[in-house]
Amino acid sequence: MTLFYVFAAVAVLASMLVIAQRNPIYSVLLLIASFGALSGLYVLLDAPFVAVTQIIVYAGAIMVLFLFVVMLLNAPHEDTEFDEHVHPLRRPGAMRLGAVLAAALIAELAWALSRTGAATGGDFQVAGVSSVRAIGRSLFTTYAFPFEVTSVLILVAMVGAVVLARRDSGPSVPPGA
Amino acid sequence: MPAITPLLIAQLVIIVVVFHALLLSAAAMVWVERRLAAALQQRLGPIRVGWQGLLQPFADVIKLMFKEELRPKAADALLFALAPVISATCAFAAFAVVPFGGETTLFGLLPEGMRLQVADVNVAALVIFAIASMSVYGIVLAGWSSNSKYSLIGGLRSSAQMISYELSYGMALVSVLLVGNSLSLTDIVNGQAGAWFGVIPKWFVFLQPLGFLIYMTAGVAETNRAPFDFPEAEQELVAGYHTEYSSMSFAMFFLAEYINMVTVSAVATDLFLGGWHGPFLPASLGWIWFLLKVGALLFFYVWMRWTLPRYRYDQLMKFGWKVLLPVSVVNLLVTAAGVLYFGG
Repeated sequence: MTLFYVFAAVAVLASMLVIAQRNPIYSVLLLIASFGALSGLYVLLDAPFVAVTQIIVYAGAIMVLFLFVVMLLNAPHEDTEFDEHVHPLRRPGAMRLGAVLAAALIAELAWALSRTGAATGGDFQVAGVSSVRAIGRSLFTTYAFPFEVTSVLILVAMVGAVVLARRDSGPSVPPGA
Repeated sequence: MPAITPLLIAQLVIIVVVFHALLLSAAAMVWVERRLAAALQQRLGPIRVGWQGLLQPFADVIKLMFKEELRPKAADALLFALAPVISATCAFAAFAVVPFGGETTLFGLLPEGMRLQVADVNVAALVIFAIASMSVYGIVLAGWSSNSKYSLIGGLRSSAQMISYELSYGMALVSVLLVGNSLSLTDIVNGQAGAWFGVIPKWFVFLQPLGFLIYMTAGVAETNRAPFDFPEAEQELVAGYHTEYSSMSFAMFFLAEYINMVTVSAVATDLFLGGWHGPFLPASLGWIWFLLKVGALLFFYVWMRWTLPRYRYDQLMKFGWKVLLPVSVVNLLVTAAGVLYFGG
């Protein structure tokens, strides 16, 4: 149980610090720390496969791309244009919307947390053989349709990225020709 | 607190032994690399310090320790210090799940058998992959935090290279996992015991020749070794991501590179070359076979560095995405079909 509190504290703290950084590189790194702590929680839940996948996919692959982009764009330190002492609701435009959304999120969180006590243990079955087998089986039988739809979604995103990244299609001259 | 049993003590001993063996292996590899390079170029190499120059790596380390620790003025102090730590930690951590010997009682010292492995994780193959994917942060952060253009270009090249080759690396890994029908490295090694027709050892390299080639190619790229050593291409980038590092923080990058080589070779041995299984020796001495196979792969690593010239960067990217990845995907599909057809 001690381990749970350690991982949970790291995850929560790191996630909060992500939005408190002025330097985007630090935000990315703190998010990685948060993912690492989450993966620790998965290990405690006896789901090593999910834990390792969390590291490989999120911390290892997606965050590397984040870091890559942040470094390539060389994003400057974020400086606020407005007085920090002004109440969020009185700040211009988008900031106001952000404050409203944050309030809604906090309300939802409070509501969700108030209900956790009543929740039952859940009826997730303990994987008898190995969690990999169980996950694979349900992924390709029960959840085959969402799985395939997700892959189409990712394909669409890829095509979109290629279209956006492509330069204006004039008479195509290969570079260096 | 767990009771102190012989098994627990043996586990702790193994942890200490593996840690120091890795440190020593890095030192040994430095010596082997320099002597071998010299032999390939008809030079002598380091032969003055100790017998045949064997103490040269230790002299190097002592020299590095007494060097001044420098940091560029505009560098990001925290990340600059953190980057070599991440690199070295990932290098050591990956070996924790690599089994290097069969079940043993340590010559009857233990009441029950234990595996020669620091941590027996049932998703070991994926853990290694995960740690390999984390180790890119050490290099990227080193490149970025140094605030130097050579370092930055080295770091960016390296992250692009590692992302590109990680995919093929993973595909090769998955094909072996399919053949071995397990995610545990111990199970995979045990699946390679015995021989076909009594002669050919049942190593997965014979079932997965293409997978082995892909794995080794991607492994060389992952460890940033020649002919894929772009992150530190001397002629273009001074020393790449560790240009600005000196003294022991440089030594940590150096250490990480050599330990990563050892880990990639050890994992390749477990996945493709039958791990500790081999003829002539009793099962309790299987780790000797393991060391021999790892040594052969490491020799290959060094041999290749001094034989092949470096690729051009665009060739590297083209090769990774247009050759290695499609080939590894096809290999995976064929393997999956084969496992399905022959029933694993």
